[in-house]
Order: sequence, then C-alpha cells, then structure tokens
Amino acid sequence: MSIAWNEYDSGDFYDELISSPGHARKPAQKLYSYLKSLKEDEVSSRINAAELAIKEMGISFTVYTDEGNIDRAWPFDIIPRVISKHQWEKTDAGLRQRLQALNLFINDLYNEQRILKDGVIPEFVLKQSTNYRPECEGMSPAFGVWAHVCGTDLVRDKDGEFYVLEDNLRVPSGVSYMLENRSIMKRVLPEVFEKIDIAPVGDYPSRLFEMLASLSPRKVKKPVVVVLTPGIFNSAYFEHAFLAQKMGAELVEGSDLVVQDDDCLYMKTIAGLERVDVVYRRIDDLFLDPEVFHKDSVLGVPGIMRAWKAGNLALANAPGAGVADDKVVYAYVPEIIKYYLDEDPLIDNVETFLCYDDKQRQHVLANLDKLVVKPANESGGYGMLIGPHASQKERDKFAELIKANPRNYIAQPTLALSVAPTFIGKQHIPQPRHLDLRPFILQGRDSYVTTGGLTRVAMVKGSLVVNSSQGGGSKDTWVVDTSTTPTADVTEDDE
Amino acid sequence: MMLSRVAERVYWSGRYLERVANTARLVSIYETLLFDLPRSVKLSWYNLIIINDMEEAYAERYSARNERNVVKFLLGDEDNPSSLFSSLNAVRENVRTTRDVVPEEAWEMICELCLFVKDNLEQGINRRSRHEFLEEVIKGCLQINGLLFGTMPHVASWEFFNIGYNIERADMTIRYLEAGLTAVMDLEDDEQVVNSSQVIWGSVLRSLNATQYYLRTTRSPVKGHEVMPYLLNDPHFPRAVAYCLKSIMGSCHSLPRSDKVINHLAKVEKKLNGAINFAEPDEELLNLFNQLQIMLTGCHFVIAETWFPEGT
Repeated sequence: MSIAWNEYDSGDFYDELISSPGHARKPAQKLYSYLKSLKEDEVSSRINAAELAIKEMGISFTVYTDEGNIDRAWPFDIIPRVISKHQWEKTDAGLRQRLQALNLFINDLYNEQRILKDGVIPEFVLKQSTNYRPECEGMSPAFGVWAHVCGTDLVRDKDGEFYVLEDNLRVPSGVSYMLENRSIMKRVLPEVFEKIDIAPVGDYPSRLFEMLASLSPRKVKKPVVVVLTPGIFNSAYFEHAFLAQKMGAELVEGSDLVVQDDDCLYMKTIAGLERVDVVYRRIDDLFLDPEVFHKDSVLGVPGIMRAWKAGNLALANAPGAGVADDKVVYAYVPEIIKYYLDEDPLIDNVETFLCYDDKQRQHVLANLDKLVVKPANESGGYGMLIGPHASQKERDKFAELIKANPRNYIAQPTLALSVAPTFIGKQHIPQPRHLDLRPFILQGRDSYVTTGGLTRVAMVKGSLVVNSSQGGGSKDTWVVDTSTTPTADVTEDDE
Repeated sequence: MMLSRVAERVYWSGRYLERVANTARLVSIYETLLFDLPRSVKLSWYNLIIINDMEEAYAERYSARNERNVVKFLLGDEDNPSSLFSSLNAVRENVRTTRDVVPEEAWEMICELCLFVKDNLEQGINRRSRHEFLEEVIKGCLQINGLLFGTMPHVASWEFFNIGYNIERADMTIRYLEAGLTAVMDLEDDEQVVNSSQVIWGSVLRSLNATQYYLRTTRSPVKGHEVMPYLLNDPHFPRAVAYCLKSIMGSCHSLPRSDKVINHLAKVEKKLNGAINFAEPDEELLNLFNQLQIMLTGCHFVIAETWFPEGT
C-alpha cells in the first residue's frame, strides 16, 4: 500500500517540504515524488535499515540519568529537510557576517572596550556576564579571533525566513551527527542521491583541521593539533573521537597533557614528552585549568592558561569567547554588526525583550503566558520557561526569578517554528514536527560555513524542544540546487 | 608519536579481542572433548573454570558446577570481567577511546559483533545452537584481526596491538597445556589410559587450531611428549609460546625505550629453551608451566611500567 501523503497536514505552520496538501516546495519536489513512490513496507524496511545502520556504525550519545550514564543510539528520521541553494547562500553570508562581528566584539571587550566607551552596550551587561573572564584581558589571539568554531541555532518562522535563535560560542556540538546523518542517508536511500543535486557536507573535518593548524604559534610545517575531551563520560564523547579520527588529530584527555617550566604544553607519549601547538578543547572554560579556574577540576590541565598567555599554544575556542554567548549580548548583535562592520544584519534575531530594562520587564511579566523566558547563560535548553505550555505555578516561579535577577533573563515571543514531515514510531503517515537548524561556522584567517547543518526535530507532537538530551531527534539536511540537472546520468521517472 | 594512554588501550584491545576468540574456541572444543572421553574419566565442565583461574569469581555467582552455569559464566556473565560478553565490550570500549588510531571499519565491525552477541547470547548458552553461535563469534574476531592486519600501518599502534594479543595468546596456550597435563595426570592407570590421554592432547591441539600443523611438523601421532614441546617451542606456529614471544620481541624492537622489556622477554625465552623432560607427565612439568605463566604476567608489568601512563 502506498502512503496517503494527501492526509499529511502541517496546519498553520510553515512546512519545510510541503507547500499545500499534496504539493511539495520546489527544492523538495523530486524527493517528494520519490517518497510518494514508496510503499508502506518499503518505508518500514528503510526505517529499519536506518536503525540498524546507526547501531552498526556505533553512532550514539550519552544521557545522564540518576541511574548512571546511558549510551543511546542516535535518533534519526529518514525524511530529510530540504533548503534551496539560493536561500542557503544568503544564510551562509549572514552567518559569516555575524561571527566576524562577534569576534571583533570579543576582541574589543578583552582589549580596548571601545563598544562600551561609545555607549553602544551598557557596561554592566559585561560586568555581570558570568562568561566574562577577566583572566583573558589583554590577550590578542591569532587573527584577532576568539570563537573559531560556532554553532548558531536558526529557526524558520511562519514567513519562511530564518532567524537566529542563539549563538553557541563555547563548545558547540552536533557537527559529527550532521556528517553521520548524511552517511546513514546514503546507505538507506542511495537512489535519491543519483536524482537530486544535493550539496555534499563531508569537507568539514578537513576545513576544521586547516583552521586549527593555521592557529599554531610555532611556524612548523606540521603543527601538533589535539582534541581535548573531558573523557568517555561526556555526552559528546562520540563527537570528540569522531572529529579526532576524521582530522587525523590526537584525541587527548587532561591527564595526557602537561605544562612544563618553559610554559609549553606537552603530551605524554610512549617515547616521552612531545610539544603540542594547538588544542581544540571540548572542555568548558571553567574546567580548563585548575591553576586559574575551578581548583578541583580534574578534567583540565594545570598551567594550560599560562602556556596560552605566553603565546606558546593556541586554544580553540579561546577561553572567554563565551561572553558573546550571553543572551543579553545576543539581543545586541544587530547593533554589534552595525558598530564593527557598518552593515545591516543579513539574518535577523528573534525579537527579544531584555528583563533588566524596566519597560521591557513590565511587558514580559504581563505576558508570561505568551513568551519564552530564557536564562542568559544556559545552554542545552535547560532552565527555560515556555509560557503557553507552562502551569500558572511555573509562571509565578519565573516571575519571581526575573524580579530577583532581571539581568539574567530575556524573553522572546513563542515562535511558530517550522515543521517537516517525520515518521513517528510505526505510523505510516508522516506527522508534522517542529525543527530547528544548527549550522557550524569556522573562523581563522578565512571563514567557512557548513552546507546546511544539523537539523534537530522535536519528536513529541507540538513540542518545541529539539535537544537530544531531552528526546529530540534529527534529520539529514539537504541544500538542493534546483537550477542544475543532477550529475548522474539517470533517466527521470514518469513525473 | 603515540600517546601512552592510547598505547595502553590499544594493547588491551588486542588482549581482549584474543580473549573473546579463545573463550569461544575453548567452549566449542570442550564439548566434543567430553563426548570423546570414556565414561570412567571424571572430567567436568567445571575444569574450564579452573583453567582460567576463576574459581573464586564463579563461587560468588553459582553453587552448582554444571554445564549450563559454566557456559553461562564463560560466555554471557556481565559480572565476570573475562566472559566473552564482557571481553567483547571491553574491546569496544577500548576501541571507542582510541578511534583515532584504529581503522574506521574496525569500529563498525566491533559494533556489529557486539550487537550480534547481545542479540544471540541465549543461543550460545543453549546447547543445540551453541556451535553456530560460537562459529559466528570466531569468524567475527578473525575478520577484525584480518582487517587490522591488512589495513593498519605497522607503526606503534599496530605494535601495541600485536604485543597485546600475543601476550594473551601465549598465556592461553600455556593454560591449555596446563589443563591438558592436569587431566592426563588425573587419569586412572587402566587399560584406557593411552586412549584417553590421546583424546585429551588431541583436544588441546584442536582448541589451538594446531592439529593439522602439528601432524605435518612432528610427523608423529598425538602424544603428550610431542604435543607439549610443539606448542611451547615451535618457531613457526603462531600460537606456540616461542612464536608469540618472538613476535612480541619484534614489536619491542621497533618501539622506543624498550630495553627493559626486551631483557625480560629474553629471560622467558631462556626458560623456554632450557632442558625440559617431556617424557613423563609429572609435577615438575606442571611447575614449569606455572613459572612460565608467572613470567608472562611479569612481562605485562614491565610493559606497563615502560610505556603506559603512571598509576594504571
């Protein structure tokens, strides 16, 4: 039996694939007619094949629970999300612009602080940011870049436009899943890749490696680049190992590294100590160096900040880069872009209310049932209030939290997040589910943006929570060129 | 240059992978051995626990020393760190933490094998389907070994893998010899003793995949005084102790700072080459096997001290 695609209804939301019941958007048309050609049992067999591939490829993530850590298979939906090449080019430029401005901003904050002196951003915003690291003042890393790897969360609203929801400048994760999603897709639906001109995503690890190597303070031909992981119990360990393997870099833990009296960083090898030039660290600032930050951290390396400050080592991302992760800073990004680049933002922010501003706070408190409230310095979707879905008691609690510490909260309207058809459990008719998109942006001497990114899906009906730690799933993300014919010499099907 | 911690984990991947294959082979051969022995010989499944020095751990889990419990303990017990299931998971964990030095496909093959074992463990414990299950596991191990041998550049990471699995191999070969010898020594001196001892030594050979090459090399029927020196000293058979030592030695020569390990290995070789009387299955031989085993364990400690991170 064929799937009754005509019964699929995305309601009031912008749908990534379907324009109106029974009709696909242009970039998704070939995909749609292919999906329509599949019988129910063919769909089932592909879903099963994807599940098996994930287990066999060992793609997993770790969930922390009270009973201990569980290694879970990566949740994946076989229907990809499709974006037109035209639209992606615009988004790509906007993301580069944004990261460039943010890096100028961070570099300014730790040095001259012009933007504060010029009164563009109030000084207390910086003073009260939990991610500002006074220890980093006066540093100027290579190319003036602090955030070398950025994962920016985009959402699509009802109007079909992308908006930036947040920037992740500390240790953004997910890129390995973006790459693995593509590998799974190629195994499970190989035939569609012949028919559709889908932009490849596979060059990320080599771009990452080139960028990292370019940061090396020692001008040697082959700088030693390592990936520093907190270890196997970290939820993103899979990704750390994956990236190290794909880059041909060493995967190290804190205990593998040591800083000597010469303020250089070394790794412990079977032949003795070997100098390290660049650390792609996947450990949060505060755990990086017990000499400077959390004294009891066993994950980090004593003295690594000394080595960095002495200019003997590059750290990516630089410590302190997270200051621009602050959601209050986020609200100022349009001003930041204007200030440093004298340009208008190519991608807009989501409308944001700053609770420290009396007038805006009054508005937030009066409209808690319509807004999403976020703490300024959390990630992973924790500590949020989704007003329309919350109970009165929860809203009252947040009202108190906001009044007690207005600087620490922002609020945004609940977005009509876009949806895409998604297979849920054993149901044969796909269901509309909300999703977002996390592209990854690299900046060293040059900048680079992934083609598409990681699409995360809220698997629960109506839910907006896409985080994998909280039951989110994912999809492959296709950037499709509709102006060209596919490269493979394949005769078209009857449609 | 290779990280000490990674060296250690690759070494253990080699050891555990070899242990998985050995355990599978041991269980599968043991069954046929029991079928072939005369009823008067009191050999039980529990011997497998003794061979592997697991009496204490076994006693904590089971009281009855029957086939089902022993097989369950050896194959599927999660609390037994040396069970096939635990060893395989240890391979996976070690490879998971050293993915940057092992071939990508190895990781996938290991995941597949883990998945197979997890889904089919019950088949392995049930007598009727055990053989097929164990065959699959052995094939899986051979496949992974073959992949590593064929695709891994023979640099430090390969050498540590090689050292790991050869230590495990040598250790296992000595354990089998010890088990065979003990069983033969326990035989009652009746008219069936010659026949029974042949059955026992034959199964020692088979559990090491050695029968065919033993026959070709020694041109002798299966006799204890020929089997023991073959498995200890043959310079060409990959499971012979001497061969394993030579292979470890070769790896050590291409690794930095290996003097101490090489010295220690030389001592083991010397012991192996000393005058040994294999004619009589007696306490003296048993004692020798014991000493060799202790010296091998010593090898592990010298290796760890030389190359692995402190405190582990």
